[in-house]
Amino acid sequence: MSGADVIYQTEALIAEDIEAYLNLHQHKSMLRFITCGSVDDGKSTLIGRLLYDSKMIFEDQLAALENDSKKVGTQGGEIDFALLVDGLAAEREQGITIDVAYRFFSTEKRKFIVADCPGHEQYTRNMVTGASTADLAVILIDARKGVLTQTRRHSYLAHLIGIRHIVLAVNKMDLIGYDQAKYDAIVADYAAFAASIGIEAFTAMPISGFKGDNITAPSANTPWYSGPTLMGHLEAVDVNTAAEAAGVFRLPVQWVNRPNLDFRGFSGLISNGTVRKGDAVRVLPSGKTSTVTRIVTLDGDLEEAVAGQSVTLCLADEIDCSRGDVIAAADAPPQVADQFEANLVWMADEALVPGRAYWLKLASQTVSVTVSQPKCTINVNTLERLAAKTLELNAIGIAEITTDRAIVFEPYGESRTLGGFILIDKISNATVAAGMLSFSLRRAQNVHWQALDVSRAAHARLKGQSPAVLWFTGLSGSGKSTIANLVEKKLHALGKHTFLLDGDNVRHGLNKDLGFTEADRIENIRRVGEVAKLMTDAGLIVLTAFISPFRAERDMVRGLLADGEFFEVFVDTPLEEAERRDVKGLYKKARSGQLKNFTGIDSPYEAPENPEIRVDTMRETPEEAAERIVALIIGDWMPII
Amino acid sequence: MSDPVSKSTLTHIQRLEAEAIHIMREVVAEATNPVMLYSVGKDSAVMLHLARKAFYPSPPPFPLLHVDTTWKFQAMYELRERMAKESGMELLVHQNEEAKARGINPFDHGPLHTDMWKTEGLKQALDKWGFDAAFGGARRDEEKSRAKERIFSFRTASHGWDPKNQRPELWNIYNARKNKGESIRVFPISNWTELDIWQYIRLNDVPIVPLYYAAVRPTFEWEGGLFMADDLPRLEKVLGYKPQITERSIRFRTLGCFPLTGAVASNATTLSEVIQETLLTTTSERQGRVIDKDAGGAGMEVKKQQGYF
Repeated sequence: MSGADVIYQTEALIAEDIEAYLNLHQHKSMLRFITCGSVDDGKSTLIGRLLYDSKMIFEDQLAALENDSKKVGTQGGEIDFALLVDGLAAEREQGITIDVAYRFFSTEKRKFIVADCPGHEQYTRNMVTGASTADLAVILIDARKGVLTQTRRHSYLAHLIGIRHIVLAVNKMDLIGYDQAKYDAIVADYAAFAASIGIEAFTAMPISGFKGDNITAPSANTPWYSGPTLMGHLEAVDVNTAAEAAGVFRLPVQWVNRPNLDFRGFSGLISNGTVRKGDAVRVLPSGKTSTVTRIVTLDGDLEEAVAGQSVTLCLADEIDCSRGDVIAAADAPPQVADQFEANLVWMADEALVPGRAYWLKLASQTVSVTVSQPKCTINVNTLERLAAKTLELNAIGIAEITTDRAIVFEPYGESRTLGGFILIDKISNATVAAGMLSFSLRRAQNVHWQALDVSRAAHARLKGQSPAVLWFTGLSGSGKSTIANLVEKKLHALGKHTFLLDGDNVRHGLNKDLGFTEADRIENIRRVGEVAKLMTDAGLIVLTAFISPFRAERDMVRGLLADGEFFEVFVDTPLEEAERRDVKGLYKKARSGQLKNFTGIDSPYEAPENPEIRVDTMRETPEEAAERIVALIIGDWMPII
Repeated sequence: MSDPVSKSTLTHIQRLEAEAIHIMREVVAEATNPVMLYSVGKDSAVMLHLARKAFYPSPPPFPLLHVDTTWKFQAMYELRERMAKESGMELLVHQNEEAKARGINPFDHGPLHTDMWKTEGLKQALDKWGFDAAFGGARRDEEKSRAKERIFSFRTASHGWDPKNQRPELWNIYNARKNKGESIRVFPISNWTELDIWQYIRLNDVPIVPLYYAAVRPTFEWEGGLFMADDLPRLEKVLGYKPQITERSIRFRTLGCFPLTGAVASNATTLSEVIQETLLTTTSERQGRVIDKDAGGAGMEVKKQQGYF
């Protein structure tokens, strides 16, 4: 604590010359870091100590702290700094930190934001979350225990997420009598491990969060240590924005600013590089070029702006540019692709479903994607690569990602902004994964869309109809095929060009390699969706009759087609009724256990929430239903073009 | 913002500003019907200024919402009207009719006053106009439970908050997708401290309510605290007696409802002096407010689960 006074003689300055103090403090930079350690490594105590030593604790908080320390503290009545940090009521009772918490303190040189990350095995997701915005990671080790499994895990994650500065804080030195030999052994042990996972450099220091050794002032207890104090190091390392500013200019467009017809600006946060008035820029993915005419802010136009600033750019030409596009240096644009290899950290209780469609959000781009079966998962304790069919909560894996349209990206190692993404579940809207793009796959670079001279509109015009997909969904035996057949006959009689894709028929050919597991059912529907889409390109009215039990996959097909071309027809028959009919004898087999994964019995059916058409087979005969569907399709929704 | 540390390193204030602007633009791009909660305090003043910067030369494309308790200081109502006009934004004011009818006030009703006027009033207003995203000026340094709240914080259809079921927030990517009936509270200045707020006001000449500066004002003492007699006739009516009025040089560290917000004796008449006093003060900011003391240390967390901002 005496050390704190040496560095922070700010009170005198505040009292004597407030203007000088404020001018000093408006020139500070900002460093974000995380602390990682296991439950008893003294993480909260260290953070509490940093807050305390930088005078971020007020008198009333201190009084409450002393009071609490006596009541529930674990330091035998001495001040328990951990109590300053542990927040939510539930945690206080359990005595553990359960989530990422952000703390703030500052010195004369820097403002600091600390993400306090829990060290429990099951909380990989919290650490990755905290690390994603950090410039530096403090890996805490209990000097009595040395390098543990958790140490390895935290270091691996910090490295995976691309943290450039690693601090190895060997804590609780007071409890091993400030023994240099023991400290050196721990550091050597860690150095060997760090090198093995590709960490090129780290800074080690012997500290005691509880006693304050080497936190803000060099400790008299470690005369053999000549390196920086923790605070000194935190004040000196370079921050990420400095590295980002040195890169090539990129600005992901968040919002088009259009107050009137005379002004059109593109607003966003510059992720890399510098932009100046007059610079040649390229808008991705279109590739159109223009020149920056203005850099607009409320405080007046700027001559130049750098990474980390939120600005609005005006361009010389009226080119298409909207949210999701990236404005970049004209001569060094980022890449555009639709297939990638990526590292994924799974963050949801519900495991990854390979082949299912998720939303991917990267910078301001949101697209629909599918994720392949993982190539492998990484055991964060042993760092072994293991084969896997899926990714469970807190699993880390490598997988291929396919987007439904090309996105602008850069490998994560080059740009956190254009390489880092999240995956969102389409039904629950939860953030289910964090990902880092490694590279685009060659086939995406080499397979280009063939521009066709006879357009889909031309195909449709010749047939005198608008293409559409009538997607019949419902339980086995609900009457999908029967009704779809009738609808097709009626459309055919009206001179319409149609095609019926039936579940059973498709499984005899195109999809005969697929079984009935969840993953295979998803792939089944994906293929049918793609075939239906090609048929609409040919101008056809496509009817499909598949159980298609999962909402996510039906929505995926909907997403493949143009607005207004997808008609979900829910053939609604209660399970008891379908089972009573049991046209193919399948329910009987399923009930007796001869048939696995049967929808309605031991596999779920997710009914449509807002189908375009609902057929209640208890009230309507197949003939009546078909008549109604045809009338709706020909009448209301599909004017002949 | 001027004077970067060097060409390639932005100051902490510049980075906090850029982050807040980025967050506001994301919400406008992804939400259907956003609104900015405006309490007229210094944090609200900074929020409004940031919004003007984020969308300039357009006016911020959302209205300001003041959940009024009818017990705000007169000077606050004056600044509110002025700022709405200057920013070109629509100002919406909501008062809880039931609280009004029942005559709920801070003297007789204590915590119920906050609950009905503010917590219930806020829920009513959000439902009334169907807002799906509301900007708030809460900061993580204010209170322990806020340190763990996300920048995008989801509320159920009944405005509840579940601290154990928050979405992870990675990099600066925000998932703004909502389920039916859900709404989002968005806190763009989560990472600011009180000193950052003051620095920003100083660097940008952000207009704030004059009550933050010391002046000689009519005061009275009540339940051990020092308060300002902003509306004496009304005060007398509610207290049921004529309070002893003394002229003192006072100012306010935070601004809420005038009887819930304690004044401090002060001679700080300039912004720099106010900051000086704030930095040298040894009690934390919210101590002047009665609200955190309910329900022991977990006061704010409980209030938030009930739907308070």
